[in-house]
Amino acid sequence: MRFLAIVAFLLLAPLAAAPVHAVQPDEIFADSGLEQRAREIFRGVRCLVCQNQSIDDSDAALAQDLRTLIRERLVAGESDEQIHRFLVARYGEFVLLDPPFRPGTWLLWASPVLALLAGIAIAWAALRRRRSPVEPAALSDDERARLAALAASDEEGQ
Amino acid sequence: MARVVFLLPLVLFAVVAGYFAVPLLTGRDPGELPSALIDRPVPDMALPPLFEGAPGLASDDLRGGVTLVNFFASWCLPCRAEHPVLTRLAKSETLHGISYKDDPARTRAWLAELGDPFERIGTDTSGRTAIEWGVYGVPETYIIDRDGRIRYRHAGPVTRAVLEDEILPLLRSLREAAS
Repeated sequence: MRFLAIVAFLLLAPLAAAPVHAVQPDEIFADSGLEQRAREIFRGVRCLVCQNQSIDDSDAALAQDLRTLIRERLVAGESDEQIHRFLVARYGEFVLLDPPFRPGTWLLWASPVLALLAGIAIAWAALRRRRSPVEPAALSDDERARLAALAASDEEGQ
Repeated sequence: MARVVFLLPLVLFAVVAGYFAVPLLTGRDPGELPSALIDRPVPDMALPPLFEGAPGLASDDLRGGVTLVNFFASWCLPCRAEHPVLTRLAKSETLHGISYKDDPARTRAWLAELGDPFERIGTDTSGRTAIEWGVYGVPETYIIDRDGRIRYRHAGPVTRAVLEDEILPLLRSLREAAS
């Protein structure tokens, strides 16, 4: 019971923490629809300084500059696609946290499925082995002869 | 088959160890990004000068000869570290500077203290030009060929090793290809 309570606490505690964002209050659009679109884009763009954060989460100066730039492009009426293309042309596909599926990235996308298939294969092989214990192979004539020779030499020794 | 399965943890360990060994043994920073602009023309720009009366830096200044462009700032410590190497490089090469998100007065004081190795200096106070170049942190150094195309980018301070193993050989081969 105690164990369950601890597990429940560990699972639920992160939910209680308020989400923290790097977006400054003065950046935010008055138009909530546009703001939502901007935040959606920010969450998909990598901060190139920290590299494992999105620009929505990062306090780096470059992340803020990129947010401002994306906001300006949104106001100018650009589509999400156009903004993505602008960023990729300058920083490469690495800037997108959600890389597109194409010949160069199929292995990346397929890796969870491949890992699952490998796991199933290993588990299946292990189960099969357990169910049918391996019959020891019959001795070959050569082995029988060697065994007889060993037994004979053993008797001589006594 | 059964014996091979026992080797699986060992194989996994070898893969993980290899993953860590490559950056450790080659000395390459895995966080370093390849530039998306290699072999592309330099972005359009016309930056105001740092010193009054001196020329600024525009895209057209980067055509007609092999040049280098260095993004720097007075608040950037690695820029101070690479400064002697750049000063040496500038004795034989055309090196232009772009001061990144810096107060011009501070940049001027910084150059007065350390020396000014740059032929032309443009100021990118907003950091917008740097984004056009795909800069993700100062210092960054670019090599531009005579057609005004970016051929090389080094992120981080230019050390003597980078200068001798990467920058100087590339400059030499660009010159040879042209002549």
